[in-house]
Amino acid sequence: MKLVEAIIKPFKLDEVKDALNEIGIEGITVSEVKGFGRQKGHTELYRGAEYVVDFIPKVKIEIAVSDELVGKVVETIQNTAKTGRIGDGKIFVIGLEEAVRIRTGETGGEAI
Amino acid sequence: MKLKHSLIIATLTLFTAMVGVSAMAEEKKDAAPAAATATEAPKVPEAAAPAAAPTAAPAAAAPATPPDVKPVLNTGDTAWMLVSSALVLLMIPGLALFYGGMVRQKNVLSTMMHSFVAMGIVGVQWAVIGYSLAFAPDMNGMGLVGNFSKFMLNGLIVMKDAASGAVEWTLFQNYTKEPGAIPELVFAMYQAMFAMITVALISGAMAERVKFSAYCLFVLLWTTLVYDPLAHWVWMTDGWLFKKGALDFAGGTVVHLSSGISAMVFLAFLGKRHGYPTERMAPHNLPLTLLGVGLLWFGWYGFNAGSAIVGVNNSDAAGGLAGLAFATTTIAPAAAGLSWMIAEWIHSGKPSALGFGSGVVAGLVVITPAAGFVQPGAALIMGVAAGLVCYGGILLKAKLKYDDSLDAFGVHGIGGTFGAIITGVFATVGATGLLAGNAKQLMIQLIAVLAAGAYAVVVTLIITFILDKTIGLRVEKEDEIMGLDQTQHSESGYNM
Repeated sequence: MKLVEAIIKPFKLDEVKDALNEIGIEGITVSEVKGFGRQKGHTELYRGAEYVVDFIPKVKIEIAVSDELVGKVVETIQNTAKTGRIGDGKIFVIGLEEAVRIRTGETGGEAI
Repeated sequence: MKLKHSLIIATLTLFTAMVGVSAMAEEKKDAAPAAATATEAPKVPEAAAPAAAPTAAPAAAAPATPPDVKPVLNTGDTAWMLVSSALVLLMIPGLALFYGGMVRQKNVLSTMMHSFVAMGIVGVQWAVIGYSLAFAPDMNGMGLVGNFSKFMLNGLIVMKDAASGAVEWTLFQNYTKEPGAIPELVFAMYQAMFAMITVALISGAMAERVKFSAYCLFVLLWTTLVYDPLAHWVWMTDGWLFKKGALDFAGGTVVHLSSGISAMVFLAFLGKRHGYPTERMAPHNLPLTLLGVGLLWFGWYGFNAGSAIVGVNNSDAAGGLAGLAFATTTIAPAAAGLSWMIAEWIHSGKPSALGFGSGVVAGLVVITPAAGFVQPGAALIMGVAAGLVCYGGILLKAKLKYDDSLDAFGVHGIGGTFGAIITGVFATVGATGLLAGNAKQLMIQLIAVLAAGAYAVVVTLIITFILDKTIGLRVEKEDEIMGLDQTQHSESGYNM
C-alpha cells in the first residue's frame, strides 16, 4: 500500500477528482494548504502600502492506494493537474504500513 | 517617542504660522472695505457686485435691496429636506462599511462601532446643546458660537394653546428676501446628521488601536468644542466667516478640513499601530469597503444637493440650485475615481478597486464646498484634480511614516483643504472666484481655511492632550494584538 500525496493548483481539484473517479479510486482527502516553491509569492498594493504574500494557496490531496494502482494514480494526477506553467505542484508517494476501516474493522487492502 | 515629539512640534509650528497669516490677512481685510468699494468698483464692476451679495444678504442693510418678507412654509422644500436628512444619515453606516472593510478582521466591529456610536453620542448631544451652539443667535456678538437659547431644541415648536395642544412650527427661512421656508425642526435634524458624520470621519485615523472609552469622550468633546463653533462660523448668518463671505456649500471647511486636520493632531498623541509598517495590515474585506463607497455616494446627494437650503440668495431647497449640486456631485466623484485609478495604474502598475473607491470619496470631498457654486465643467476639472491630489496625499503617508490607518487626513484633510481653496478659483454661480476675476474670494477662502484649520488644531490638541494624560488614548499592547473586537467589545465580527 502507498499513500499518494499531491499538492496541486486549487482550480484543478474538480478535474483531478473526476479523473481519479474514472480510474476507480473510491476515496480521497482534500485540504486547503499554503506554501511556496519555485513560483514564490506575489505582492499586493493597498493605497500605496505594499505587502508581499509569501505563501500561495494550494490544495493537497491524499489518496491511499494498493501497490498495483500507484503508477496509474500518479500518472492520472500528473496529466490532469498539469498546466505547463510554474506552480503546478508536486506528487509524493509514501509507503503505507496499515489501514483500518473504522466501521467494520477491515484492515489492509480491504480497508482502502 | 521621538517621532511623537517631532509631530507635535510640527503641528504647533504649523498652527503658529496659520494664526500669524490669518491674523495678518484679517487686519488687511478689516481696513479694506471702505477703500475697496471706491477703488475696486470701476475696475471690475460686474464681478464685484455678485461677490458682495452673499456678504450683504444676511445683513440686509443696503437700502437698494428689496424688503424682507415673511417666511411661508414650502412643502416641496420640506419634503426634499426630510429625504436629504435621511440620505445623510445613511452615509454614516456607509462610512462604517467603508472603514470596516479596510481594517483587519479582528478590528472590524470596533471600527464600525466608531461610526455607529457617533450617531448615538452626537444625536443626543445635538438635541441637548449642539444645535443651539451652532445655530442659535450669537452668544457675544463676535460670530464665534451660538447662545443657549435653543437648548433641548427649545423654541422650534411654539405652543399656541396648551389646553388643546395646538402648536405652530418655527420656520427656517434661509433668504429673508423670499418667503420659502421649512420647519426649523427639519433643518435642525438635517444639520444633526452633518455633526454625526464629521466626527466619525476622524475615527479612520485611530482605527485598530484607540481605546473605546477615550474615543467616546473625544466624540462628545470634539463635537461640542470644535464642530459646533465651526458650523456657527461658516453657516450661521451671524457667524464671522459667513459675514466675511466665505464659500462653503456643504462643508468642505466645516466637515472635511476640520475632521482631517484633527485626525492628524490626534495621531501625534496616539502613535502608530503595533507592527506598522512591517506587519501585514491589508484590508480584510474590500467588498464591504466598496459597498460603503456606494452608500456614501448615494447619501452624499442629500449632503450636497440638500445644502441648497443654505445657498446664498436662494430660498429654494428643492430647485435649480439643488439640481446643480446634484449634477456636480455626480460628475466630480466619477472623474476622481477615474483619475485616481489611472494615476495608480501608471504609478504602480495595476488599477485597484480600492483605488477607484478612494478616488470617488476624494471627488466627493473636494466637490462638497463647491457643489452649488461651480459649473459642471469646473466640477469635472475639480474631480480629476481631486483624484490626483488625494492619491498624492496617501503616498505622502508612506513617505512621512505616520500611521493614519484609513487615511482620514490623506483624503478628508487634504481633499477638504484643496476643495475649499479651489472653490475660490472656480466659483461662478451665485458667487465669483478667481477665474471670474474675483481674486478677493480666493483670499477669503484662504482665511477661512487657515482660521478653521488653526482652530481645529488648537482645540483638538487640548482635548487630546487631556484625554491622553487622564484616561489614555490607546489600548494595552496585548489587547491591540488580540484585536479590539475581542478586547473592547467582547465580540467577533465573523463566527463562521
